[in-house]
Amino acid sequence: MFEATEINIRNKRIGKGIKFSFLLMTVLLATPVLIILAVLIQKGGPMISWDFLFSDPTNGMTAGGIFPALIGTISLVIVALIASVPVGVAAAIYLSEYAKDNWLTRIINLAIINLAGVPSIVHALFGVGAFVLFFKFGTSILAASFTLAVMTLPVVIVATRESLQAVPYAFREACWNMGATRWQTIYKVVLPNAISGILTGVILEVSRTAGETAPIMFTGAAFFLPFLPQSVFDQSMALSLHLFVVSTQVPNVPEELPYGVALVLIGIVLLMNSISIAFRFYLRGKKKW
Amino acid sequence: MVESNEKSDKTPKLSIKDLSIFYGKEKVLSNVSFDIFENEIFGIIGPANSGKTSFLRILNRMDTFVPEMRFEGEVVFDGKNIMEWRNLYALRRSIGVVFPLPVGLPMSIYENVALSPRLRGIRSKGELDSIVERCLRRAALWDEVKDRLNVLGSLLSGGQQQRLTIARALSQEPKMLLLDEFSIAVDPVTTMKIEDALKDLRNEMTIILVTNLVQQARRLANRTAFFLMGEFIEEGNTEDFFTGNVQDPRTRQYVQGRFG
Repeated sequence: MFEATEINIRNKRIGKGIKFSFLLMTVLLATPVLIILAVLIQKGGPMISWDFLFSDPTNGMTAGGIFPALIGTISLVIVALIASVPVGVAAAIYLSEYAKDNWLTRIINLAIINLAGVPSIVHALFGVGAFVLFFKFGTSILAASFTLAVMTLPVVIVATRESLQAVPYAFREACWNMGATRWQTIYKVVLPNAISGILTGVILEVSRTAGETAPIMFTGAAFFLPFLPQSVFDQSMALSLHLFVVSTQVPNVPEELPYGVALVLIGIVLLMNSISIAFRFYLRGKKKW
Repeated sequence: MVESNEKSDKTPKLSIKDLSIFYGKEKVLSNVSFDIFENEIFGIIGPANSGKTSFLRILNRMDTFVPEMRFEGEVVFDGKNIMEWRNLYALRRSIGVVFPLPVGLPMSIYENVALSPRLRGIRSKGELDSIVERCLRRAALWDEVKDRLNVLGSLLSGGQQQRLTIARALSQEPKMLLLDEFSIAVDPVTTMKIEDALKDLRNEMTIILVTNLVQQARRLANRTAFFLMGEFIEEGNTEDFFTGNVQDPRTRQYVQGRFG
């Protein structure tokens, strides 16, 4: 009665085959990441030193460190976050909690999706037109950061909206029934339960911002500028552009140098991602319903 | 076995005239008219999809949160037409609502009950403490949670969460309490505890009890109304419903368990 019939056996075999092929895809997907990391660590690892991180490039960028680029990247990220997080979170709260489902909301949602799909070089040209020329920021950290902010806004908006939507509707209704206003409900019940998702979105944005090259090339990142920026109206070097420059634009660069720069860049991104994962893990432990 | 209140000489707490409710073009409840008085439990019975929940949503104007939902007719609460309450938040605050599925907000038990007082501006710790204790006591939950008020409300069992929901509704200091099939996700023992609590609460406020358990209406309600498929059939003393003293044969059939 409980013996496997022929069809049971066949179904089981098909199931196994499918599981195996999916596993294969997963391994294929992970392989390039591991290879990139291995190569970077092997070739660039020896470059990493206190001097490399904290001194200026010398000899026409064929020697010395990456300090101005490191500081530049960090400033670009910080200014971009200051510009985009409040706007993005506010927009997401509006779309998730206030907006009615009408044609205007649908157009806005469509625009956000499309903004995410715009190539970064197009954002760069937009940044030149809008921030460098129209708002007269000149080529500066400010212009480059705003360009990055516009480019990464969809990341923040979508992540925030998703995490707001993940808070059960019943919580909101319970709150409204108590006579709470929409804002009281958002502030007391929705946001505290969505904060982990919002922060994840923000940190994802950081890693994207740190790695982008095209949007900052024309708007604020300098080819070679061995001084630290004094204000957001100065130009600055940036790790991503520096990597491009030492890999392709400057002759006689020792082979390990670009690998070292790449390792620092990917290190920043991975560090950010791990912080994000750890933080989400921590907050998820506190969130229970 | 509850005796009906003397009602003729009192002004109603809630007065409903020719109320019809619509979702877009679809009419989900038509021509409801009755009065509900202070200190009574008013039962609403009827099979699923009869418009009972929609009816409750109108009373505290939760229809504003549902696109396309609207109503016609007159609803007068506390001597004032609900369409004339400028401050809907005050209207909602004076009407407590308990849903079929318990909603423990993901904050501590204490904060669940202190939330509404905080929202209306009470800051003093001592005052909050006493409100929390009083509401949890009246909801028959205090003894079970008094030593762990900092535990997340959403971690309580279903029956405890439902009593927490009631305590939270009481923390609004409501004049009227709406219960929507509160016992659906609650064990029988807790149901009896809540029913006992409701009998006490009747002395402080007006209670509307929507239920599809006919016997629950019999145990608790002074008067009962019968809704069927979006139609208001009749209302009367609960005892009359169960002694067969009704106008519509469908009421008798439903109460006797012939359908629904």
